[in-house]
Amino acid sequence: MRLAPFRILLGLFCLLVAVWLVMPTLVIIPMSFNEKKSLAFPPSGFSWQWYENFFTNPDWLTSFFNSLRVAGLVAVAATLIGTLAALGLSRMKHSGAGLLRAILITPMIVPGVVLAIGIYAVYLDYHLVGTTTGFVIAHTMLAIPFVIIAVSASLEVFDVRLETAAASLGADRFTAFRTVTLPLIAPGILSGLLFAFVTSFDEIIVALFITSPYLKTLPVQIFTSITRDADPTVTAVGTIIFIATTLVISAGLIISSKSTRS
Amino acid sequence: MAASNSKERGAAIDIKAATKRYGNFTALDDVSLHIEPGEFMTLLGPSGSGKTTTLNVVAGFTDLTSGDLAVGGKSIVALPAHKRNIGVVFQHYALFPHMTVGKNVAYPLTLRGMDKQARDRHVARALDMVKMADFAHRYPAELSGGQQQRVALARAIVFDPPLLLMDEPLGALDKKLREWLQLEIKRIHRELGTTFVYVTHDQEEALVLSDRIAVFNQGRIEQVGTGRQLYDEPATLFVAKFIGESTSLRGDAQTSGGETSLTIAGQKVVAGGKLAGGQKPVVLLRPEKLSLARTNTPAAAGQNSLTGQVSEAIYLGSGSKYQVTLGDGSVAIVRATLEATPFSIGDAVDLRWSVVDAKLLADDDRADMTMT
Repeated sequence: MRLAPFRILLGLFCLLVAVWLVMPTLVIIPMSFNEKKSLAFPPSGFSWQWYENFFTNPDWLTSFFNSLRVAGLVAVAATLIGTLAALGLSRMKHSGAGLLRAILITPMIVPGVVLAIGIYAVYLDYHLVGTTTGFVIAHTMLAIPFVIIAVSASLEVFDVRLETAAASLGADRFTAFRTVTLPLIAPGILSGLLFAFVTSFDEIIVALFITSPYLKTLPVQIFTSITRDADPTVTAVGTIIFIATTLVISAGLIISSKSTRS
Repeated sequence: MAASNSKERGAAIDIKAATKRYGNFTALDDVSLHIEPGEFMTLLGPSGSGKTTTLNVVAGFTDLTSGDLAVGGKSIVALPAHKRNIGVVFQHYALFPHMTVGKNVAYPLTLRGMDKQARDRHVARALDMVKMADFAHRYPAELSGGQQQRVALARAIVFDPPLLLMDEPLGALDKKLREWLQLEIKRIHRELGTTFVYVTHDQEEALVLSDRIAVFNQGRIEQVGTGRQLYDEPATLFVAKFIGESTSLRGDAQTSGGETSLTIAGQKVVAGGKLAGGQKPVVLLRPEKLSLARTNTPAAAGQNSLTGQVSEAIYLGSGSKYQVTLGDGSVAIVRATLEATPFSIGDAVDLRWSVVDAKLLADDDRADMTMT
């Protein structure tokens, strides 16, 4: 029984940390139903007007679809390149593999601002600022490390000897990959794809540098909107994104837990 | 998969002067081996002796540095593994975890473009042969090790390969299951008529299964022969010590008139014939060829006798086993029948054997080094 006071303290501390972590997310949900045009907390009254604004205001809708388009393209490109890179790295016997892996991972480690400056400088010369191509190239670079890490993790537990067995049964290398390797590392590829999509979808630093009035992504729109005129639509957007990502991540977790039957 | 009248389904294998080097290490050193169609050939040896390398070379997983390899009279050195049409069973089963048992076994047939009806028929027959017909819809993870290996065997024979390679397929299983599966493999070999090449380091397993055994040591073949030939007429000390139990006696050698004799701790024994010049002789004796007698009883004509002391006596039911420490400190292993006079630990005895039962071999320190 001597432990009781300590246990209560520990419980309170854990609760505090939990609240601290979740609070910013949970604050935006009530705020999105605010009646007044203000970001004050706690909100007053109840209305759907900020959701309405999001779905009717072309500024918001256009930026939302811009983000979807860019993130979709990035997810495909980064997954393709990242998966191939992870496969290559896993088969490399040379000691340079570690160094190569480190180089491929750097976009994740280098501060975003530093990358953004470099990208901006190059893009000015090649007229890529404010273009979909520009966004996709920059975000794909940022997303590749996530795919490499996710796919490498599933290659780590993949038994290469299964490919040898497939060869003995008559499968050439490509067939062996398609029928044995690919299905077994699919969960890793899928989670890499999700990570790549999310990385691009909520990227703000590089986006702020290479954006233009003609091509704004959703995070840029949120940022400019909140700095210009405290528009509570951002909280509605935040809530929508929060719910959407929660659903996607849950789906991903369910898929991966189903595929790890063995 | 036709079970009847199938003795011609196996292919002959010819390995000719096969050499494989990895940098400075020679994994296979000028190995030549002919395997008859339908034969059950076991490659036996300690780890690193080259037996698995040989198997991988035949399967196409490893390239030769030099030499040739023919199956059914045609060289297959240039063919990649997936074009060789050779069944392989691995120690680690290597079943595809994302496919059911049925899909696993159907895999090689699907690759060969067989239609679904014929495929189902072949899969059912292969699973039937390994007694796994009821498990077609299970996933490999739901099976025991022995069951997985039987599925792997079905998958390796379902496409009617003329040659089946097995790489220590029972190595990961416990003894009881292993003994039962050995008999299953023997039965399947008989029913299929396919040439089997089987790799193991377990000499008992090799004796149970094989028509002939090739004993590997340090990248070379020491001897090829039936189990009986290897046991009764070992060509080298390594083979003698690797197959079955034995006692080796060393001493000062004298040769006169084509006959070698050894002096061991002051006692002289006749060792038999004569070795080629310069080789140090060892007398090799199998436990059942040795007998024990009370000291100072007369030995029969043509018998050798050495004094020693019983250092271990084990009752085995079907007989007894003794260890006898000799004058020079070496230990002899003796298997006695139930009728023989029993001895106890500490008894002074005479170790006896007929000169004709002894095998004179050249001494070889590699033989002891590798016996771990």
